[in-house]
Amino acid sequence: MSAPASWTVASVRAALQTKKISARELAAEFLGRIERRNPELNAFLTVSPERAYAQADRIDAAIAKGEPLPPLAGVPIAIKDVISTRGLRTTCSSKMLENYVPPYDATAVERLDDAGAVFLGKTNCDEFAMGGSNENSAYGPVRNPVALDRVPGGSSGGSAAAVAAGLAVAALGTDTGGSIRQPASFCGVAGLMPTYGRVSRYGLVAFASSLDKIGPFATNIADASAVLSVIAGHDANDSTSAAVPVPDYSAESQKPVQGLRIGVPEDYFGAGLDSGVKEKVRAGIALLESLGCRRIPLQMPHTDYAIAAYYILATAEASSNLARYDGVRYGLRVPGGTLTEMYRNTREGGFGSEVKRRIMLGTYVLSSGYYDAYYLRAQRVRSLIAQDFTDAFQKVDAIVTPTAPTPAFRLAEKSSDPLQMYLADVYTVTGSLAGVPGISVPCGKTKAGLPVGMQVFAPHFSEASLLRLARAFESAGGYAV
Amino acid sequence: MKISREDVVRVAELAHLGLSPAEVELYRGQLDAILTYVDKLKELDTASVEPMAQVLHIATSESGAQQHPELRDDVSQPCNVAGPVLAGAPEAQAPFFRVPKVIDR
Repeated sequence: MSAPASWTVASVRAALQTKKISARELAAEFLGRIERRNPELNAFLTVSPERAYAQADRIDAAIAKGEPLPPLAGVPIAIKDVISTRGLRTTCSSKMLENYVPPYDATAVERLDDAGAVFLGKTNCDEFAMGGSNENSAYGPVRNPVALDRVPGGSSGGSAAAVAAGLAVAALGTDTGGSIRQPASFCGVAGLMPTYGRVSRYGLVAFASSLDKIGPFATNIADASAVLSVIAGHDANDSTSAAVPVPDYSAESQKPVQGLRIGVPEDYFGAGLDSGVKEKVRAGIALLESLGCRRIPLQMPHTDYAIAAYYILATAEASSNLARYDGVRYGLRVPGGTLTEMYRNTREGGFGSEVKRRIMLGTYVLSSGYYDAYYLRAQRVRSLIAQDFTDAFQKVDAIVTPTAPTPAFRLAEKSSDPLQMYLADVYTVTGSLAGVPGISVPCGKTKAGLPVGMQVFAPHFSEASLLRLARAFESAGGYAV
Repeated sequence: MKISREDVVRVAELAHLGLSPAEVELYRGQLDAILTYVDKLKELDTASVEPMAQVLHIATSESGAQQHPELRDDVSQPCNVAGPVLAGAPEAQAPFFRVPKVIDR
């Protein structure tokens, strides 16, 4: 069987304009791919042919009338199942929301819709986006299309796998502590976490509100830039969304990188980093240097404290956000004799074990007598970690690190030890806490053929710098470094 | 030991989580390991460090953008979603959600 043709935002546009294919035919092609591959990968929880064909027909009608095409006309896109879609089941990979149908679209979804995208369906993830392997889904794990016995990463594992397997041109994921970047790295695609406040969270089911971000997955940087340009920007419905102008990321990403200063923090290359990953990321950095970037060694002294601070803050916020699942207004209800019994039965039956663990931890660190020792201390450490980034960006334009300490691991390899799983977020949570943007770019493969990701961080609202570096790296053959 | 069985039961009660005895034991061990690990934050002297309560505040002041642009005018908007919202409720009797009896007489 020959590999299915790979489509990009640009090639979809060209094919539509020259009438080589209609938007409906293209939607049918992708829905067919999903039908064939999804039983094996489990990347999609819900497929949405009705909405996809309605959107495609709208584009075909515009073409027939000779109207100008919107920026993502006909582009088949998958959406992580923690992002609300009007009339389309949104489960958060939880039994709690098995039959939940949102009455509205998230702002990011609405903007994609307005830009002419075609929604193929909702992708599997760790329950309520809590996890790094996609094994915490109530609907079964996703398999990594590169190596089926391995995890795709998490929590946005379904979105990463869908793009890597050619089941969608691009996908939306969400990133709280690494949930876009780490699965991008494991599946060999590009994944971008925007600055906190860059993309509206309206309609994103909340996990940790001071850390959650929506961002794109794509096979290439031009596509990631095109999707980000559409979803970024201020939204009156999200009070944490920033009124900072959105540049044309596609144009910005084509600017030269010569003379850019790239910081390499030695703290990110120490014990625990897989030697194959280290070798590839070092080679990636050398390639950036050969393109005229200046490598500058950095110290980021609080890196080692990021996991501890992150898991206190993220679980505290989660315990508060997930209090809303009480069986009253939507989602699952398990009956009980009293209101309190009904709450308890509903939450016992609706949440999986990782979600319960995080609610327990978060409730504990916020509880009377422990608040100062845990939560408040973690908030202070968060300031120190943010300061590390502020100091670094006085000296450099971007910071380059590995995305994850290992390539994709085997299913069930780590799932019995939650602390070990948390520790694997070591390189991603730092930027999450600081609120800066980060991208994971494919950076070669290990000897066993597993993808490696190189992570780049930039100052707040400097996504353009990330995309510039990533695009130059891609053009210079960095994906196969 | 950072956390006892009794602590786990108390926290589960606060969080309205029903837990089986086996889950209580499992979570006690796992939470203990995690709480022991996060104690490493005590290595840092944070007494004079401001807690980071706002992400965007720092971000926008760095980029030179206007302070608090996020505050919009407080104007009421039509919001005709009561129908679909109640349709998604486990038990509804418009315009109310139904729950088990709260007040005993």
